[in-house]
Amino acid sequence: MTLNTPAPLIEVDKLEAWYGKRRILNGVDFSVNQGEIRVIMGGSGSGKSTLLRHMLGLNRPVSGTVKLFGTDLATASDREKLEVRKRIGVSFQGGALLTSMTVGDNVALPLREHTTLDEQTIRIMSRIKLEVVNLGGFQDLMPSQLSGGMIKRAALARAIVMDPRLLFFDEPSAGLDPVVSAELDELILRLRDALRMTIVVVTHELESAFKIADTITVLDQGDVLMTGTTAEVRAADNERIQDLLNRRPREVQVDADEYLRRLVGDVA
Amino acid sequence: MLAQIGKTTVDALSGIGYAAMLLLDSIYLSVMGWRIGQPLRLRAVFEQMRQVGADALPIGCLLSFTVGIMLGIQFVSALGEFGAQSQVVIAVAKSVTREFGALITAILVAGRSGSALAARIGSMTVSQEVDALAVIGIDPVRYLVAPALIAMLVMLPLLTIFADAVAIFGAALYSAPALNVTPTAYMLQSMALLSPGDIGQGIAKSFVFALLITLIGVSTGFSVSGGAEGVGRATTRAVVLSICWIIVADMIFSFFLNR
Repeated sequence: MTLNTPAPLIEVDKLEAWYGKRRILNGVDFSVNQGEIRVIMGGSGSGKSTLLRHMLGLNRPVSGTVKLFGTDLATASDREKLEVRKRIGVSFQGGALLTSMTVGDNVALPLREHTTLDEQTIRIMSRIKLEVVNLGGFQDLMPSQLSGGMIKRAALARAIVMDPRLLFFDEPSAGLDPVVSAELDELILRLRDALRMTIVVVTHELESAFKIADTITVLDQGDVLMTGTTAEVRAADNERIQDLLNRRPREVQVDADEYLRRLVGDVA
Repeated sequence: MLAQIGKTTVDALSGIGYAAMLLLDSIYLSVMGWRIGQPLRLRAVFEQMRQVGADALPIGCLLSFTVGIMLGIQFVSALGEFGAQSQVVIAVAKSVTREFGALITAILVAGRSGSALAARIGSMTVSQEVDALAVIGIDPVRYLVAPALIAMLVMLPLLTIFADAVAIFGAALYSAPALNVTPTAYMLQSMALLSPGDIGQGIAKSFVFALLITLIGVSTGFSVSGGAEGVGRATTRAVVLSICWIIVADMIFSFFLNR
């Protein structure tokens, strides 16, 4: 690395993850640079949600490391972890708004917890962020009174309220109609351009992925198949990538005799 | 069979270990949390105290009053058979303060607040709200467990003292006519006969019950998986486990304190 090259914001090195005896990630390596939108793309069961949980420090790696801003969350002190977490924002798949609070209180929560700002300033800042995501005037509603798309936008407002440098999205388009999904894609692009955020999006939605990504990491069965620009990924001659891009179902080997034996037991 | 016993034992031990870890974390964050940017919010503690204590007063009052009358009926009848009705006051007073006040209150709070704690944390776990707290930089133990633990440790003993008084009052209302005394005289005699140790025994138990109810509620809640059905199962499990442990702990306490 030269002196002019900023250090990557995220460095994942030989990351392995297991659930019981099942290996989910097989030594994953990649890094995310400042200011880019990185999409981590893969089908169901590819390990992308597990990878996201490791990047957020919610799971401890079995082996390998994940560093955010140069800090390994698995070995960092509580104070160091807190400093990293103040600099990231996360929009979860289901929004994960606290259902016991109003939308406004949800958005204000990080400010109330981590700053010494007075209540009036906190309210103003929360309202501004809600307006950024087109939810101005919704601060007094409860999360249960919002639609799926509105919940995701409110969760995004909470994620950006501390002006994080790094923003994570877990399946931002999941469960949304195409119009709302497209609006959310536009919002992600606006955030990158206006606020110069580095954004990591975990998704299996191809259209959304290619619309917003600067670079894409393709994950399949716990392996990183490739990392490249959208054009490079489209042109990849890897069969598994092309299967994913062209929505080709994977061939499933069915052993009819074995299936019957399991179903009815040995009858011979 | 052997494997099943082994698995159940390991599960039980890991559950106890997890609960102990939550307890230590809660104590650490309550005392030292401000040093690592995780200060305990008194507002959350007071809110929990309201839910655990103040909101439980009416039903606690009704239950204690009923138990008091019930004890009055039983002791007047049973001791009357031996011509020992004069012992009703001390029998009721000691059994209420040493045993029933703490036990009834703990079972009530386990059913109300222990289950609510398990349901709240369980639904927050399945909807990723607990994960959201963690990534925002809010320690879920500090935010969800510590206030509940402190509130329970403060309010359960207070509720127990209150339950003792109401139960003895209930017994007084029933027993006073049978003993040819006024309810006020009955109450005064109860107070004169009770030693601080009698009341202290119930209060000491209530601290242990508070720990059990909170730790079982929160550890069950954090371990939820499987959506709404899992939350329902966890809630039931929290209540059943709490009541079982309360009764076992009560028996152990009674054994050692009354030898």
